[in-house]
Amino acid sequence: MTDRPVIDVHSLFKSFDGKLVVDDFAIQVGRGRICGFLGPNGSGKTTTIRMLCGLLTPDSGGGSCLNLDIITEGAAIKRQVGYMTQKFSFYEDLTIRENLDFVARVYGLPQRRRVVDEALDRLGLAHRSHQLAGTLSGGWKQRLALAACILHGPKLLLLDEPTAGVDPVARRDFWDQIHRLAHDGITVLVSTHYMDEAERCHEIAYLAYGKLLAFGSVNKVIADSGLTTWQVSGPDIAALVYAVETRPGVDMVALFGQTLHVSGRNAEALAAALEPFHQTGRTFISAPPTLEDVFIHLMGNARDNFS
Amino acid sequence: MTISWSRCMAMIVKEFIQIRRDRMTFGMMIGIPVMQLLLFGFAINSDPKHLPTAIHVAEPGIFTRDLVAALENTGYFSFTHKIDAPAQLEWLLASNQVQFAMTVPAGFSRAIQRGETPVLLVEADATDPAATGNALAALATVSRTALERDLSGPLAGLRVQPPTFDVRVHRRYNPDGITQYNIVPGLMGVILAMTGVMLTALAVTRERERGTMENLLAMPVLPSEVMIGKIMPYIIVGYFQVGLVLLASHFIFNVPMIGSLLLLSIGVLLFIASNLAVGFTFSTLASNQLQAMQASFFYFLPSLLLSGFMFPFRGMPRWAQTIGEALPLTHFLRIVRGILLKGNGIAEVIPDLWPIALFLLVVTMIALKRYRVTLD
Repeated sequence: MTDRPVIDVHSLFKSFDGKLVVDDFAIQVGRGRICGFLGPNGSGKTTTIRMLCGLLTPDSGGGSCLNLDIITEGAAIKRQVGYMTQKFSFYEDLTIRENLDFVARVYGLPQRRRVVDEALDRLGLAHRSHQLAGTLSGGWKQRLALAACILHGPKLLLLDEPTAGVDPVARRDFWDQIHRLAHDGITVLVSTHYMDEAERCHEIAYLAYGKLLAFGSVNKVIADSGLTTWQVSGPDIAALVYAVETRPGVDMVALFGQTLHVSGRNAEALAAALEPFHQTGRTFISAPPTLEDVFIHLMGNARDNFS
Repeated sequence: MTISWSRCMAMIVKEFIQIRRDRMTFGMMIGIPVMQLLLFGFAINSDPKHLPTAIHVAEPGIFTRDLVAALENTGYFSFTHKIDAPAQLEWLLASNQVQFAMTVPAGFSRAIQRGETPVLLVEADATDPAATGNALAALATVSRTALERDLSGPLAGLRVQPPTFDVRVHRRYNPDGITQYNIVPGLMGVILAMTGVMLTALAVTRERERGTMENLLAMPVLPSEVMIGKIMPYIIVGYFQVGLVLLASHFIFNVPMIGSLLLLSIGVLLFIASNLAVGFTFSTLASNQLQAMQASFFYFLPSLLLSGFMFPFRGMPRWAQTIGEALPLTHFLRIVRGILLKGNGIAEVIPDLWPIALFLLVVTMIALKRYRVTLD
């Protein structure tokens, strides 16, 4: 097999009721990579994922997934892809085991009983296998959904906000598992709103209003933004937001806890803009922008372009 | 807290907005009353007239001609088949082509001239006693007055009170006119139609409403596989219901079961499948379970009223009969009543089997066309 990327799509367009949801989207993701999908709500993340696994047909554009054409070979793609929906979409009125049995039957897995038993063991749910899926807590539902998604040994995992509403410990476990899967050669495309999760991805893709605004490793995305950031702390810091954000040279102001992040693309103009605010009790630290700074900046830019 | 008008208004306004948004519910609110008005108002008639009648006249003559005219004048009989071979009468009755089969025996006119009282033999399909009751009552009057005009001049002396001829009525298939014989087998069809359509409609809509449909679509399952998987369990449930109705018919209502149960089970299979296909089609149209219920009801109403279950089929106007003929329940009722009460075989059942098969084919095509493999 050639080293063609697992996901290789270009110029995808999709609109609903005349509203453009995905606008000229292109991406390439290599084997065993974890690609994070970020962007504000309604930016087209779910729609893009659905187009990749054949649930939606793009209006135009195309490409391949696992060397299969996403337009014409959707059925073959489905057999090798594990798709985890945003909302828990297994059967709440079936037990954990019955859900896994169903999935195993649909994919026609040989030695179904053994496969399901092993999955239950891995999950740590063997002793609760007769519990109804609907009675599981959010974290366990998510674990069950992932177990069901990887039951048939997919080569590509598409995860749509898999950790929404899940506690921090369970999220950490979940990501450890994602990394193990990637290590085994599975390619993962995962959408998220959490920065800590984004930082655990090999590559991140930032979407807003259906457009891909940034793509690459965390460091590359930060570097590409060209931002310089000052972290300001001191008393009454919240009041400073409104005073600072209208100054020329300031592109983005955001409050993180007790610290104000002020960023701009022109380092000198930014320093000059902040000059009048230096006073005793306030500390100004020049620091590289965080991923979140970059995203807030990208989102602000995108909004300006589209409004 | 006392009741506040503005809070009530808030609720009222919100409800109206929601009613208006749900297009299908809105449509049903208008559609069901209109349908009921049309069906109850125009289509249903518990005193059916112009019932198709076959007559065999052994020796045509003046008396027989006037007899036929008099019968037709009652409005109850419409002589659709004038046949020469009396053997055909049996077939016409069994295959549901006529409601009555009359035989005017040889020597009828002569017997009248002699002042004897000959016999007019009337065989009635009494599987639905309601359809024949009034017509048979009218016969008694006819026998007294039909030939009054002919008995003039020298024969005037014969114009006497006792009837000039006897009417001998055979209530075929249901000699005692027991309503249960008609209703109980019919209920089998009604039960199958109601539960079948509704259960499948809900089963698929539930997947969509709970969000499991997206998952299902992402898995390598073909639409036809989903359809078979959804329909098969309810076919088995349907057979179970049929068994239940048959047991009750036999042990509780003592309904005769003359025909072949194997033949019946073929009809049952087609009928169940057609109902489930309708339900599946509804589920592809409805976006939630409430809409699926409404659509099922919308289908069930004409099935109940126009199939001949509640009211005599032949009592309905032509347009209502045409709609009725398109519904599987109409044909299934004929099949089940025909097999159980008349002992019909394959030849009599075929004319009602193929319309159900055709219906099933058309609806299945629509369902598979409507079912989407994608979320578009």
